[in-house]
Amino acid sequence: MLFGIEWNTASNLAFATSILPILLIGLITTLKATVVGFILAIVIGLVLAALKGAPLKVISYPAAFVIEFLRDTPLLIQLFFVFYVLPELTGIAIPAFVAGAVALGLQYSAYCAEVYRGGLEAVPWGQHEAIKALNLPSAYGFFHIILPQAIPRIIPALGNYLVSIMKDVPILSVVTVLEMMTIARIIGDRTYNYLVPLSMVGILYLILTLLASFLVRFIDMKLPKSGIPLK
Amino acid sequence: MDWIDYLGPMLDGAWITVKLTFYSTILGAVFSFLFGLGKLARHWYFKIPSVVYIEVFRGTSLLVQMFWLFYALPLVGDILGLNMRIPPVVAGVLALSANIGAYGAEVVRGAIQAVSKKQYEAATALNFTPKQTLWRIALPQAIPEMMPPFGNLAIQNLKDTALVSLITISDLAFVSERLRNLTQESAVVYTLALFMYFGMALVLAGMLKMLSQYVGTWRRAAGGK
Repeated sequence: MLFGIEWNTASNLAFATSILPILLIGLITTLKATVVGFILAIVIGLVLAALKGAPLKVISYPAAFVIEFLRDTPLLIQLFFVFYVLPELTGIAIPAFVAGAVALGLQYSAYCAEVYRGGLEAVPWGQHEAIKALNLPSAYGFFHIILPQAIPRIIPALGNYLVSIMKDVPILSVVTVLEMMTIARIIGDRTYNYLVPLSMVGILYLILTLLASFLVRFIDMKLPKSGIPLK
Repeated sequence: MDWIDYLGPMLDGAWITVKLTFYSTILGAVFSFLFGLGKLARHWYFKIPSVVYIEVFRGTSLLVQMFWLFYALPLVGDILGLNMRIPPVVAGVLALSANIGAYGAEVVRGAIQAVSKKQYEAATALNFTPKQTLWRIALPQAIPEMMPPFGNLAIQNLKDTALVSLITISDLAFVSERLRNLTQESAVVYTLALFMYFGMALVLAGMLKMLSQYVGTWRRAAGGK
């Protein structure tokens, strides 16, 4: 029994149908962690990208190092660091879910920062020259000329990282976040049947990622290729 | 225990991480070519298994794959009446390489499709067999294009090896976790672990860059571009 729902071990099929609602509770946690992690990633990534693009080397070099460091170290160790070390340094205990979302956000912020940079660099240089030639203020040029052309390139890439984040959520099981795979393992531990719950998690993931990649492709199709009109 | 004393066991763990990365990257590259070329094959009995493999391993979480191989596969064996209990190292390497191989297969497919169509037309005009076209025309031009994404995948793989600690393999992540339990010095232990992974990633990136430069000379040999 888990979350007040009993399982039926009479046959594999009965077992599968009886644990599906329990796994779906875990699925909600998985999606929550994905969304919170993604929002943190796009925000922290924006800050990192802006710092890396700063004209002062004292700012841009450390930012570049931080991006490289976050990208080249495993999420698992980053998660342990956030969960065990940050409370020691700050004296504030962090709930497992928050630690997990922060670790996901940190790891993927480095990838997002690269996406922003790549999107901005993909705008042809002639556009920058045209802004200068027309004597437009540089802030106006950035927000009304460059950014609208960069956004259609940035959004599909961010969508792919959203899917990646979702696939990394099971790592949060090490700090006891009750996401879908943690729950599957608990069920396996109690019934000695890992095959059914773990296979179901695999299938649910497959459905989720297929849906998500379909959605990303749909958004990509709907996006105007030349740029988004801003008000 | 001083922090310097942690280095011994952690370096032992790091060596296991290096070996795991090495084996799973090599096996992953084999999977990449096998299924990447399989997806491009004309016959459905090559194509369908490749597409299924790629979708399943790209569509599910690595940790789920690893746990499935470690916990669920023996139960499949019980049903079939076979002993499918595999050692943790085999489960770990298999999951890592199958996962990275699925991403690699898409890289292989993309790079081969990106070779100019004229090259294939020329090969047909010169009466090359399909095998000659693949080995002498397509691959020498496609492999240099695959190297940058392969490099990213290898780094990804190095980071993913940390997950094998969860199926009881004593790699760097596992040793760090045990040291933290023993000493409660989490800040020191995990900072060391992070920098060791970072160092390994930098070395790996450097090695792949050298390999990429070497492979780049094949393109000239093939006369492409």
